[in-house]
This record gives sequence, C-alpha cells and structure tokens, in this order.
Amino acid sequence: MITLSDIPARSQMPLTLPMGIFVVVMATAPFWLARVGLYQYLGVEIAIWVLFAMGFNLLFGYTGLHSFGHGAYLGIGAYAFGLFQHHAAISLWGGLFAAIAAASVAGAVVGAFLSHRRGIYYALLTIGFGQVFWFSAMKLHWLTGGEDGLLNIPRPDLVIGPWRFDLNDNAVFYWFVAAITIAAVLLMWRVVNAPVGRVLQAIRQNETRARFVGYDVWRWKWLAFTISAAFAGLAGGLFSMAQQSAYPDVMSLHQSGIIVMMVLVGGGLVSFWGPVLGVVLYFVARDVLGGLTEAWLLWYGLLFVIMVMVRPEGMAGLLHVLLRRTSGQVSTVKPEKA
Amino acid sequence: MALFEARGIQKRFGARVVLENISLAIEAGTVHGIMGPNGAGKTTCFHVLTGHHPPDAGSILFDGNDITGLKPHVIARMGVSRSFQMMNLFDDAVVIENVMLALPAFRAVSGSPLRETFGDRHLVDLALTVLDQVGLAGRAWEKAKDLSYGDRRALEIAVALAAEPRILFLDEPTAGLGAQATQNLIRLIQKLRQHYTICVIEHDMRFLFELADTISVVHWGQVIVEGTPAGLKANKWVARSALGEVA
Repeated sequence: MITLSDIPARSQMPLTLPMGIFVVVMATAPFWLARVGLYQYLGVEIAIWVLFAMGFNLLFGYTGLHSFGHGAYLGIGAYAFGLFQHHAAISLWGGLFAAIAAASVAGAVVGAFLSHRRGIYYALLTIGFGQVFWFSAMKLHWLTGGEDGLLNIPRPDLVIGPWRFDLNDNAVFYWFVAAITIAAVLLMWRVVNAPVGRVLQAIRQNETRARFVGYDVWRWKWLAFTISAAFAGLAGGLFSMAQQSAYPDVMSLHQSGIIVMMVLVGGGLVSFWGPVLGVVLYFVARDVLGGLTEAWLLWYGLLFVIMVMVRPEGMAGLLHVLLRRTSGQVSTVKPEKA
Repeated sequence: MALFEARGIQKRFGARVVLENISLAIEAGTVHGIMGPNGAGKTTCFHVLTGHHPPDAGSILFDGNDITGLKPHVIARMGVSRSFQMMNLFDDAVVIENVMLALPAFRAVSGSPLRETFGDRHLVDLALTVLDQVGLAGRAWEKAKDLSYGDRRALEIAVALAAEPRILFLDEPTAGLGAQATQNLIRLIQKLRQHYTICVIEHDMRFLFELADTISVVHWGQVIVEGTPAGLKANKWVARSALGEVA
C-alpha cells in the first residue's frame, strides 16, 4: 500500500484546479442542488462544516495535533453569536466577531495547557477540556439555556453600502455562508503554503528537530490551536444563524468525533482539500443513506473503519491513485510483502 | 576564554545518576572529541549541553554567557547547533526545505502568512549554498526520506550548519556508515573545521583521533581523562582499556 508520505507534497501554486472546482461548485450550488435531488439548506450545512473541517485540519493534518474535543469551539462560537444578538446588539458582523473572539480566547487558554504535551496526552486533554465546555453549556442555564439551548437567535440583515440583504431567505443566506467559506479557505490555502504553514508541518514531522533549529514549538502549537479554534468559532457563529439556535449537542464528544471522521475519511492528512471531500461524503451519506435506513450512521462508521484499514490516506489519496492510473503514470502502489 | 564550557554538570534520572561530574572546555576554532564506552553518558551529556535536559547541578557557559537550563530553541538561536545519533530530519519534506527551515533568515519570516515558501530567491540560494557544502545541492528537490543513509547523515549536518552556528555538536556522525561514507564524512568535517568550532561524540576511534584537537574520555558519568590524541595514546589507563586498543 502507499503510505501517507507517498502522496506528493501539497501544491504551492497560487491557483490550482481543485481550488477552481471548489469555488465553482460552491458558487453554483443553488442552481443544481435541487436538480440532483438535494435541497438548499444542505448546501448551507456543507459550507459551514467545510469551514469547520478545514480550520480543524490546520491543527489535525498540518500540525499533527490530535484534538478530539474540537466541537467545543464550534459550540462556543454558536453561543457567543446568540448571546451577542440577545444581550448586546442585533448585528451580523458584531455577532460573528464575538463568535471568533470567544472561540479564540477559549482556544488560547486551552492551548496554553495543551501545548506542553503531545501524542496521547494531548489528545486526552482535548477531550477533557471539550467535556468541560459541554458540561458547562448544559449546566449554566442562566447563560446558555441549559439542555434547551439558546433559542430564537435572529439572522441579522447583511448590509453592504446601500444594499440590504435578508438572510432569512435560505438562498441569500447560502450565498453569504459560501462567500465566507470560500474567503476563509483561500486564506487557509495562503497560510499553509507560506512559511508559517511549513513550520507547522515541520513540527508535525519532527518536533524535536524543529526545536533544535530554533523554533519555540510550544508557541507554534499554541498558535495552531488558537487559529483552528477561531475558524471553528466562525463556523459556530454561522451554524447558530443557520439553526437560529445554539445548543450543547454540537459541543458533545459525538460531534467532535464526527469532524475527525470527516477529515480522515476525506484525506485531510495528505491533502488540503481532503476535508471538503469528507464533509460532502458525510452529508450526502446522511441524506441518501438516511433516507433508506435509520441505521445510516452504522454504515458510515463501517465505511470509516474500512477506509482507515484499506486507504488511510482517505478519499483524496484514493483519488490521487486513480488519477495517476488514468493518466497512464506508474502507480506508486508497492506490492504488499507476502 | 573557552567558547563553550561546562562546569561540574550533574544529571540524574530518578535514582540513576547519569552524569556525576562533567567539566570540559572547548576553545574556539578547535575540534573537541568526546569518547567513552556505551552507557558512559556521552549522549546525555550532549542533551544537557544543548538544552534538551536541564542539568541538576553545574553550569554551562557559551561565549561567556550562562546558558544553563535555557530551552533548546533559545540555545539554538544563540549559535549552538547539533546533529543527533538517531537521525532527526523532516522526512516528508524535500531536502532543501529541511535546510531552509533551519536558516535564521527563514525563521525571521516564519510568522508571515503572505510569503511563498520557495518564492524568496535569496533564501533558496542560501539553502543551496549550505547543501553544496555537504555535497547535496544536486539532490535539493528530493524528499529527505528517499536519500541513502550516508546522504541522510550529510543532510543532518547540513541542517545543523544552516542554523549558522558558532559551535556544532555532532552526535556519532559515523554511526551506521560504511568505510567509504566515513571517509567522505572525515573530509567534510576537515573542511568544516576551518569555519566552525566542533564538538563530536564518536565511537570510531580512528575517526576521532584523526580529527580532534582535544578529547575528553567520559566514563561513569565523569570526564576521567582529557588531552590531545597523542597524549591519550600515551595514557596508561587508556592504553589498558578497550578504548586504547582501538586507538
């Protein structure tokens, strides 16, 4: 089998074919989603989770830090947006800023504890902190509404100069979310191909060597966690707009596990675009398999197990091998030893 | 005044005393060797001198500054660079990226999200110059993991050199190398000694005696003998020991 590092280095081109496809698909989704049997709101969900997954992959795939409690920062962003609307002002940008700020601060505080650790200890601490946030959301009724969550979170209008857009219209809301997701993904593309992204990947490959060539590894790990939490917060703010509510379930261990599955199944360990594939597969599986059986998550779970066992490089790696074969190049697949 | 000095270094892990009393001084522009049997504490000594482990007692001075207990990245930035006995490279990165990451000029712009990694011709040229020193310029765009063992050893040294060190610590650079590769490495270090102060741990006594100006023999966590290669060869204790036989 091929190994993760047999996949060619991530492309450094300023514009690439996958990026073009991504932008075109996101920009045209409202025109064809219904024609393929899907619906508008699914596009909103996919766009939000793509944003969440791509930000998560900065930490997981690029820096090699395994967070299993990242749903907490999605939830914090969602609550922060809702609380801002309820207690500060009805403001789109104010709410989104509050979502990013709250998740960033939470990520920065947690990251300060985590960044001394690595491996299993790091992963366990992320779960621990994730549970603390989830439990707090459940118990702080006066702030979060407890198990019921924050309800009636408005979708403020989008005002650009003289134009005002009503985001309660799902089609308009989709364009808004898609635009933010595209902008955020382009920014992430820029970051991972800049020196900052190379240092994060260096830390993933060899923390000790990075330290001995002069990098303050603790600070970089902290930075990666904080940035990742900030993107999760932004996704959370959009999520609370989409749902018009914020509730503890998004902070649960279950939700944090789903984002890990999406990234792994998609191939986030070997490709910048892997998480996009993982998110699309998850939501399409949920809607298509979910229409056939209530036990769709069982089948998705089995798919995850098979993927990890047979193709640990995920859908992106599988696609890479298929493209090489169809283009007539020699496959990098090496025969298994007997 | 010595460029690098260790005074009375002690290090223990739990009840096990690994370094009992290590004192050594490395003059600028020299090659200083550290030898001793397996388990003598040589690598731990390196780890302590370069900040990987803080010492329990004693002090470490670099260019007159006390660097005892400082973090490895701080010590590295001051000009102390090292290679490892077990190879420590960025295996999935290409050769030139391994070197670029270690360049202080790259580190200075490492926080920038706007630059292209390989877009700065000056940085690429700097990295190629370092690779040329170790004979790897022609393999700059290959993945580090695809290099031969000997070339990976050379890349280890290139990464250490890229940090623009004032002193270079090499931990068993010939480990696992064949005769030809060892000879190549000797030639490389002979070349490097003209520009750098070097401290090297080595099991290959011929290698060490050929290169070093001074040698410290470490045993039971202490420096038991110190001197020039000629002086050590004449030392009765070294002559009686297995170390002396090899020498």
